[in-house]
Amino acid sequence: MLTLEGLHVYYGGIHALKGISLMVEEGEIVTLIGANGAGKSTTLRAISGLVRPRSGRILFEQQPLHTLPADRIVRLGITHVPEGRRVFASLSVRENLQLGAYSRRDRGEITADLHRVYELFPRLGERQNQSAGTLSGGEQQMLAIGRALMARPRLLLLDEPSMGLAPLLVMEIFRIIKEINHGGTTILLVEQNANQALRVAHRAYVLQSGEIVREGPAAEVAQDPEVRRAYLGGDVA
Amino acid sequence: MSANKGANMDENKNPVGGTSTRRTRWQKAIQPTVIVIAVVLLVALNLYIRRPDVDPYILGVLCLTGINMILAAGLNLINGFTGQFSIGHAGFMAVGAYTAALLTTYRNFPFLPATVLGALAAGMMGLVVGIPALRLRGDYLAIVTLGFGEIIRVVINNIPITGGAQGLVAIPGYTTFYWVEGWLILILVLISNLIRSGVGRCLLAIREDEVAATALGVDTTFYKVLAFTIGAASAGVAGSLYAHQIMYIDPSVFGFFKSIEILIAVVLGGLGSLTGSVLAAGLLTALPELLRGFAEYRMIVYSALLVLVMLIRPAGLLGQLEAVDILGWRRRPRPQWRTTGAGSGSDAFAAVQADLTTTDRLRGASK
Repeated sequence: MLTLEGLHVYYGGIHALKGISLMVEEGEIVTLIGANGAGKSTTLRAISGLVRPRSGRILFEQQPLHTLPADRIVRLGITHVPEGRRVFASLSVRENLQLGAYSRRDRGEITADLHRVYELFPRLGERQNQSAGTLSGGEQQMLAIGRALMARPRLLLLDEPSMGLAPLLVMEIFRIIKEINHGGTTILLVEQNANQALRVAHRAYVLQSGEIVREGPAAEVAQDPEVRRAYLGGDVA
Repeated sequence: MSANKGANMDENKNPVGGTSTRRTRWQKAIQPTVIVIAVVLLVALNLYIRRPDVDPYILGVLCLTGINMILAAGLNLINGFTGQFSIGHAGFMAVGAYTAALLTTYRNFPFLPATVLGALAAGMMGLVVGIPALRLRGDYLAIVTLGFGEIIRVVINNIPITGGAQGLVAIPGYTTFYWVEGWLILILVLISNLIRSGVGRCLLAIREDEVAATALGVDTTFYKVLAFTIGAASAGVAGSLYAHQIMYIDPSVFGFFKSIEILIAVVLGGLGSLTGSVLAAGLLTALPELLRGFAEYRMIVYSALLVLVMLIRPAGLLGQLEAVDILGWRRRPRPQWRTTGAGSGSDAFAAVQADLTTTDRLRGASK
């Protein structure tokens, strides 16, 4: 479904991605784990058109993405939930969700999706008229995900959805990620919480300093001694 | 309860158009005082200026007030609602003023088409300036718009058709209170409808978080340029009204200080509050006149008052709220959505909290 081939991204003089190649198949949850500054977020930003790669190719169902502007990429069915939630604080919950459907024109379906999001996140339904800035961190993360779902993505890019959340909420977010995936949405998940990410994902890539150093089925990657030492907190029983 | 339901159904019908919280707020506000007060004031004002003994000085100040309200409202669309810090507004006013004044003075154009063409010219200039400038953010954008404002002024100063530094004289005095009133109402209605529409929601989204807006597929450049162009065109209208009121314009009128004056009105009223802009522009135009009793000291008093207001209300007089929110009908959070059946009352959090087994498992795993 999505293929990255030899992707190089620079921020000024900094070589952030050094030839990333990866693949996401339809229906999968693929996770990208790695330390701070490894290039996880940059990879997502390149896919959604927020940064331009200097070389390499990004193909979404044979269509090259690396030359398209961000709004066209959303229309093709890829939505990016950026790191740090980034809800529109002074707009209401419902307005945030409606903005998520910005790229769509089928009004009747949008209403149905609005209700589907409220079913997935009842808390958002209860607070639909409240401004998003007054929500708790967990609720804002749910709003960010719900907002992205409003675009009816076929591929959802999630950047650190568990960041800064209480353990209970982390569990809840990962449960919802699974649920969204069961609904037929393919997910590319970037996480620092490698433990949880490897549990929900089908396949995993490990990024280190802008390069992919390991890849494989999530369960295998989770067993890799090197990965366990570096990202899973050593000798976890 | 039934009213609640009605509002809900209405929203369901049209999830993309109009922001519903704003619309319900609007519906509630439509009956009462704010509108009544505004209409009463407007009618009183119109009756007053019809009197044969009306003071032309007061009439002049009223027109200037209206013109400044147009300028502030237009700049607030750019700075307050879209969040793009522009400080070259007087430049667009100059384009409108000179275009319209040249057309009426030398080509005998009637006032209305001249003003419309002035607005178009200013809007075009906004488009030309906006496309490259709006790629920049924050301080950089401010400096670029400041530069463009100055460029416009310097160009006018140095081309023969405008009369250069000597200015343009013998402009017909077409501007009346009614013209100013009409344009002001038209522009306010346009802008307030715009910010309540789907387009307005995109503008607010850009102000709140440009990256998130881009990630959702909002063509941010398009909307930023759109807001910039509309703001510039309204400044063009104000420029035309100004030129035909004073009947003489020269480039120094549209200098940096004029831009700052408009910016002060916007910030004082509240970035993102249309009624705030109108209020502040009115106050800032009337204040120096009212303070004439203080003779030379009036500008000191004026500045001190400005400092005081910003200390007491740093977000501006009205902040991001409109007058209707302040005078009673501030929106309260009210639950409208209820999940049906089994899910009713419970939510994701309660579900997780009840399902402590998962956390136990997690705890077990990390032991």
